[in-house]
Amino acid sequence: MVWVFNNLTEIWQHTLEHLQIALPPIILSFIIAIPLGWLAKRFPPARGTILTLASLLYAIPSLPLLIVIPVLIGTGLQDPINVVIALTLYGIALMARSTADGLRSVDPDVRQSATALGYSPWTQFWAVEFPLAGPVLLAGIRVVSVSTISLTTVGGVLGIPGLGLLFTDGFQRGLVEEITTGIVLVIVIAVVMDTVLVMLGRWLMPWTRVASPAVRRRRNLRAVTT
Amino acid sequence: MNIFAEGIAWLFDPAHYGGVDGIDTRIGEHIMISVIVLAIAAVIAIPVGYLIGHTGRGRVIVVVSGGVRALPTLGLMILIALNVGVGLEAPVIAFVVLAVPSILAGAYAGFDAVDRRTIDAARAVGMTEWQIVTKVEIPLGLPLLMGGLRSASLQVIATATLADYVGAGGLGHFLFLGLQTRDYPQMLAGSIVVVLLALFSELLFAILERLVVPAGVRAGERADNQEDVRAKSVRSRTATG
Amino acid sequence: MIEFRSVSKQYPDGTRAVDEFSLIIPSRKTTVLVGSSGCGKTTLLRMINRMVDPTSGVIEIDGKDISTIEPVHLRRDVGYVMQNSGLLPHRRVIDNVATVPILKGVPKKQAHEDALALLDTVGLDRSLADRYPAQLSGGQQQRVGVARGLAANPNILLMDEPFGAVDPIVRTDLQNETLRLQRELDKTVVFVTHDIDEAFLLGDQVIILEKGAHIAQQGSPEEILANPVSEFVANFIGADRGKRRLAVSSIAHPQGDDLVLVDAGGYAAGVIAAPGGQLATANPTPKSRSISNKTSQAGDA
Repeated sequence: MVWVFNNLTEIWQHTLEHLQIALPPIILSFIIAIPLGWLAKRFPPARGTILTLASLLYAIPSLPLLIVIPVLIGTGLQDPINVVIALTLYGIALMARSTADGLRSVDPDVRQSATALGYSPWTQFWAVEFPLAGPVLLAGIRVVSVSTISLTTVGGVLGIPGLGLLFTDGFQRGLVEEITTGIVLVIVIAVVMDTVLVMLGRWLMPWTRVASPAVRRRRNLRAVTT
Repeated sequence: MNIFAEGIAWLFDPAHYGGVDGIDTRIGEHIMISVIVLAIAAVIAIPVGYLIGHTGRGRVIVVVSGGVRALPTLGLMILIALNVGVGLEAPVIAFVVLAVPSILAGAYAGFDAVDRRTIDAARAVGMTEWQIVTKVEIPLGLPLLMGGLRSASLQVIATATLADYVGAGGLGHFLFLGLQTRDYPQMLAGSIVVVLLALFSELLFAILERLVVPAGVRAGERADNQEDVRAKSVRSRTATG
Repeated sequence: MIEFRSVSKQYPDGTRAVDEFSLIIPSRKTTVLVGSSGCGKTTLLRMINRMVDPTSGVIEIDGKDISTIEPVHLRRDVGYVMQNSGLLPHRRVIDNVATVPILKGVPKKQAHEDALALLDTVGLDRSLADRYPAQLSGGQQQRVGVARGLAANPNILLMDEPFGAVDPIVRTDLQNETLRLQRELDKTVVFVTHDIDEAFLLGDQVIILEKGAHIAQQGSPEEILANPVSEFVANFIGADRGKRRLAVSSIAHPQGDDLVLVDAGGYAAGVIAAPGGQLATANPTPKSRSISNKTSQAGDA
């Protein structure tokens, strides 16, 4: 623990950097995926294309992506913006599928009765379909959150700020404590963020609180298997 | 864009093939690491996933193992390397930890997705538990298991680029070497090959996933689709009529 | 003969699904267990092939305590047909029918030949043998389910609401088929349903169950109809609502020799022949409830 106490400022600094890089992609991917998911649901032919592109995007390993992005947009190799862009792309790849699945999971009867009640397509989407897709969206964004927070560390090998620097620095100096600190902090951030998302979900979707244990179990599993 | 052209040129330069540092050698290493990791992870995860899926006990293990995603693989690999030294061992262990949750979830979900009534009927006609596992649950669960292996394979191939950071070779070698010398074409060349390898794995498993769907289940999906179409046409007719 | 002696089933959470149940199920007859959902009828049925083991009490088949028989062996000797057919979705119809014989070690070729013959028995065209369950209609799947239950030529056939999930027309068809099969094959059939009309149609012996598998009344359909022992039974069979109490209609004019019968509510319920003013009486034996003997699959494809 000696190392930790001697380097509290630096650790705090890296934690803040980590959050600054990891949070925007989580929010951005959620927002950008909404129109994509809607397209995929609304136009079945577009669905295949969007989902294939998404899975191709997801197939690009992070380190190569972090090298390609600066070439494409002309930033420096160690610019944090590269990581933000790369992680947003991964986030979109995951969330586009979740959003499409979520919208598809809405009971057609509910959709039809909403139409019959006289909702316009736009209000029906925001007032009926989007909220009802909520549980699937939540499961998706939880996966995005955890993997984004964890993947942010990869920037460390390129010298990009964040908790990954504790790994590379610790490796060069042979400091087990520094690496352990980094791992623990990443896990803590991921768990805190996950808890925040779950609470947010409960607050925004009070009707899901009564879900039976079986439903909850399935939902958890979906979060695990996607 | 010139840099991309240079990267591709680097890739096709015959001087970069053969020998310890040849692209071919590094591809071989990369695939070897990935296959070893997947094999070990599968041997661990599949029986455990099947056991949980068949007995319905210990589901919490699946959920907890999903939480392992939060563990940064880079940090874990470096931590292990500091303990066991540089080389193949540290990345293999770290990547197995990375790969197990997906395979475990796939194996478990495959069993869990089998209709309880089907299993009940199999038991009622006199199948032993072992026969239920081998003749009902395994064949019906294969597509989901393949899905798990597919995402595990993708993750491992992608993450194996980090292996060279602790001296284990693989395609990451070109990235790290290029990084030290600011040799962009080399980094890009390495990146392109990794991406191709990842896409190849996706393609391979996409095909496998389709191949292992039992014919009867596929027939059911077709029937469902037709049903869908029929229902839809009925619906639209009702709508207009 | 199947005998239940003071059989009880208590679940770990304390609920008593079956409470001190005793019953003799005669051989080569159809016994129907009927009751509302949650009355324990399915639990009773599943005790016969040891899918459920009782907490106390003894069940004997032909004098042999079944708790001494290995469950897997017992199940291979007792036919079982369930709701939603329970067919294996990844196996063709013929493999599904041949499942039990193959489990018992019958050579595959022989088992397949027997399975084809069984398709005839249950009124399915042999051309369906190579289809997968998902490619069949609900009624056809159910027939395959029956064929599978019969495949090992068991003496006992257990049927757990087998026609609960098919539409009414197909259900009528399947019920008539069941009656025909029973006449031809002469099995000991134990049938579970919540539909009292189905119970009266199929059962030689009908057991009406209350919660906890208490027997409210047992007897032939005629006995039960003629003399419901309690309000519960009267309610259950619809006698209290007058649905079963018929009278000759005073409004409708006789159609030839037929008189129109109405129930207590005044709704037309049937006709009765009355040549020369003399009401017809049914020939008591042999009982034939099958209205038509057709084996075609109208409305079933």
